[in-house]
Amino acid sequence: MTYLIEGDSGDWEVVIGLEIHAQVISRSKLFSGAATDFGAEPNSQVSLVDAAMPGMLPVINEYCVEQAVKTGLGLNAQINLRSVFARKNYFYADLPQGYQISQFEDPIVGEGVVTLDMPDGTVREIGIERLHMEQDAGKLLHDQDPKRSFVDLNRAGVCLMEIVSKPDIRSPEEAGMYVRKIRSIVRYLGTCDGNMEQGSLRADCNVSVRKPGEDLRTRAEIKNVNSVRFIMQAIEFEAARQVDIYENGGEVIQETRLFDAGKGETRSMRGKEDAHDYRYFPDPDLLPLNLDRDFVEALKKSLPELPDEKLKRFTDDLGLGHYDAGVLVAERDIADYFEAVVAGGKAKRDAKMAVNWVTSNLFGALKSAGLDISESPVSAPQLGALLDLITDKTISGKIAKDVFEEMFATSKDPDTIVDEKGLQQITDTSAIEAIIDDVIAANPAQVQEFKGGNEKIIGWFVGQVMKASAGKANPGAVNQLLKQKLSGG
Amino acid sequence: MNDLLQKSLTDVGLLLEKGEVSSVEITRAAIAAMEQHRDLNAFITETPDIALIAAEKSDRRRSEGKTLGALDGIPVAIKDLFCTKDVKTTAASKILYNFVPPYSSTVVENLEQSGTVMVGKTNLDEFAMGSANMTSHFGPVKNPWKNKDGSDLVPGGSSGGSAAAVAAGIVFGATGTDTGGSIRQPASFTGTVGMKPTYGRCSRYGVVAFASSLDQPGPMTRTVNDAALVLNAMAGHDPMDATSARHDVPDFSASINGDVKGLRIGIPDEYTLDGMPGDIQELWNQGIKWFEALGAECQPVSLKHTKYALPAYYIIAPAEASSNLSRYDGVRYGLRVEDAGDSLDDMYEKTRSEGFGDEVKRRILIGAYVLSAGYYDAYYIKAQQVRSLIADDFNRVFEKVDVLLTPSTPSAAFAIGDKMDDPVAMYLNDVFTVPASLAGLPAISVPVGRDSGGLPLGLQLIAGPFDETTLFRAASALETAAGFDVFDHGKDA
Repeated sequence: MTYLIEGDSGDWEVVIGLEIHAQVISRSKLFSGAATDFGAEPNSQVSLVDAAMPGMLPVINEYCVEQAVKTGLGLNAQINLRSVFARKNYFYADLPQGYQISQFEDPIVGEGVVTLDMPDGTVREIGIERLHMEQDAGKLLHDQDPKRSFVDLNRAGVCLMEIVSKPDIRSPEEAGMYVRKIRSIVRYLGTCDGNMEQGSLRADCNVSVRKPGEDLRTRAEIKNVNSVRFIMQAIEFEAARQVDIYENGGEVIQETRLFDAGKGETRSMRGKEDAHDYRYFPDPDLLPLNLDRDFVEALKKSLPELPDEKLKRFTDDLGLGHYDAGVLVAERDIADYFEAVVAGGKAKRDAKMAVNWVTSNLFGALKSAGLDISESPVSAPQLGALLDLITDKTISGKIAKDVFEEMFATSKDPDTIVDEKGLQQITDTSAIEAIIDDVIAANPAQVQEFKGGNEKIIGWFVGQVMKASAGKANPGAVNQLLKQKLSGG
Repeated sequence: MNDLLQKSLTDVGLLLEKGEVSSVEITRAAIAAMEQHRDLNAFITETPDIALIAAEKSDRRRSEGKTLGALDGIPVAIKDLFCTKDVKTTAASKILYNFVPPYSSTVVENLEQSGTVMVGKTNLDEFAMGSANMTSHFGPVKNPWKNKDGSDLVPGGSSGGSAAAVAAGIVFGATGTDTGGSIRQPASFTGTVGMKPTYGRCSRYGVVAFASSLDQPGPMTRTVNDAALVLNAMAGHDPMDATSARHDVPDFSASINGDVKGLRIGIPDEYTLDGMPGDIQELWNQGIKWFEALGAECQPVSLKHTKYALPAYYIIAPAEASSNLSRYDGVRYGLRVEDAGDSLDDMYEKTRSEGFGDEVKRRILIGAYVLSAGYYDAYYIKAQQVRSLIADDFNRVFEKVDVLLTPSTPSAAFAIGDKMDDPVAMYLNDVFTVPASLAGLPAISVPVGRDSGGLPLGLQLIAGPFDETTLFRAASALETAAGFDVFDHGKDA
């Protein structure tokens, strides 16, 4: 399923590389002890180091290093046992030191690969160029005063991971899937919350177009796009813009562009001639970061099961379809919920039954209530217990749906609801027979029709019996007994 | 009272211990001397009130038998590059003219915990950039030593205020920082002892940074034993400084026993310079003789890459400085210069143009240049390679010898205003001190004699990494042999 843009001169291919900035989950910042909580009072989480007071020195937060290494392992990437922090020098009011501490020539993580399961069943591999650690900048507030801008340094110094892909992405759709996949991996690992609205995951998109088979052409970089939808829109717009330029005999210039979500377009921010000379050099306040092989091995052993492995297990061991499994593993919370439903109880529950209940009934209810799976009023053990009631024939599948609605509304256990409302399925033949007898006695005309050869009318009888039993009669038993009574009686 | 102030730190400590004098008495004397010597311009900020409170506390501790050790109650001065909580810290720059840090540097805290009494913050070259204490926003410092005609001399730099305060008998010791010679060169110019520890021995936390990979705090005193005592108080691992060493800190003073018998002393061939004054060569030879007379073994050694040290230093130090000084941007503290309607860039430009002096600007420009795209490999990378070669030279030599003996400076103190129009001539002051800085080695300047003009000269000893004990042992022997009197200034040679 190749994504090509039609032009007058033929088809154009899009080449995309993404730089994802992922904020590391850590209590304190990369080089200081200040807290990292989102949404705190401006400048309430700023240490002397973050404010770049004279004589202050950075000291590496080892937990951030662990998080970066874990992420590298999750990206199937090379972990560099020696990496170097470098200073990226430029002046801006949100950058108190006058330089950002980043990694340049020697990043902590080298090449890796992530796989995308495309909707047509094919698998795409996207190369990872590198992952490096760096400090985030502060935030400028331009709307507090008509003349002046204010600076909030709460974010200054928070640890970011910059995950750089190779230019392997070929369509806006792939770009979206890639970002979702990275987000899923970091969430599984607990290294980034992946929350794009809060800016803890954002992407710079490098986009160029070319005729298939050509070398790479000039790219434009779209900075700081903060939703999957916007990333896809920005790339789509930018690729079309570039094709237009070439088709009209122009040249694309290397530049930094911004995505305007309101207008759905990209526009120039600064050209190559305005590009900074960042004067990178190794930070003399920090020694090179040397990792122990054992440290990396221990982290490797501590990694949770990642989406790819989980998907394989769900399809191979649990027998789920590829699509269902994909839906479940995309989010760790969903996968965990599903596994709790399946795993609980005396025996392992039926996985296919569980996936249907989770993806149709539960997702449907959550969606209409506007809730996230973590806020579900029905817990995984409760849903599991409901499945048990169906399996052991205490209630029918139809009744179960009513019970589920009640559970979702009240968070009550299914057994409680079934008991309170007396919804246990009637399997006692004599009780069902009694109801059937009543229905037959009350409807002689229909009995005559049956006897006259209209066997289809038995369905109507079943309905009457079920109605009379308030849905609790076992439908199989009703069918069988009705046939006997009507034919024999 | 002057007799008291002219005692060594070690001796006055003994007087305190015996109860023959109180900290308040000595501190009052030091404060009086500080006021009396204001013509030297050695201090940027005097802190007499703080000093007297600290002195009273020290005396109380002593009376309760809770004294903190050899330094408790002794007046010292702190170079104004060390941040001091609630006391103005300027780095001798206009850009920090009003900066009062809410924190103290680790070295200052360590000294406080040893009971020392800070009487003031000493003058220095702006951001420690200079070799004559001429670049301070607060004006030049005068050397207590005068030319024969009575004219004023520089005290050296950048720790010129600390050197002058110690040489003038205001305080018993002071902190300095040494990046390429900023402790040792002024010590040599003022007839005092200046010691640069191994890089990482003293924490840089809270010391206004010049060149991070080279900056190292150290003591400035009138005797070698005093320097050992002060270093013991200053040194130690600091988790707030990632480059701070985890080495144990031995009792440096205890290692001083005058015994240098069998000590192997290297005399580096490359430290003989063309056109070096005969006085300096003579004193150097004299130093060798003194050591040999004490049973040490002197031998010539070679440090092949010495001549590349100064150029490499003047690439690496400005490169780091250009980045370290970026934080002085007028946004959060210190000077801000702006006019109505100025953009952020306008404010940066005005603040930094007015806030920094010429020498600082020169080094920022050099540093930005050598780090810029297209020049980085040719300058910065090359200089780092030179730095490695120099360190290798030293490593090889220290397989054969225990310490190196060299001159401290290529000349004695010069007149105020000299060399100001020739930065390269000024940079040459560091020619003997820079190699040990690049290699991060401990080194000390010991006053040993006077030149034909009657001005003090020092010899430098350099030891292997973290071998300060050997360094102090050799330095003390040299000191005893030379019998130099720092208070000869004012008297004829």
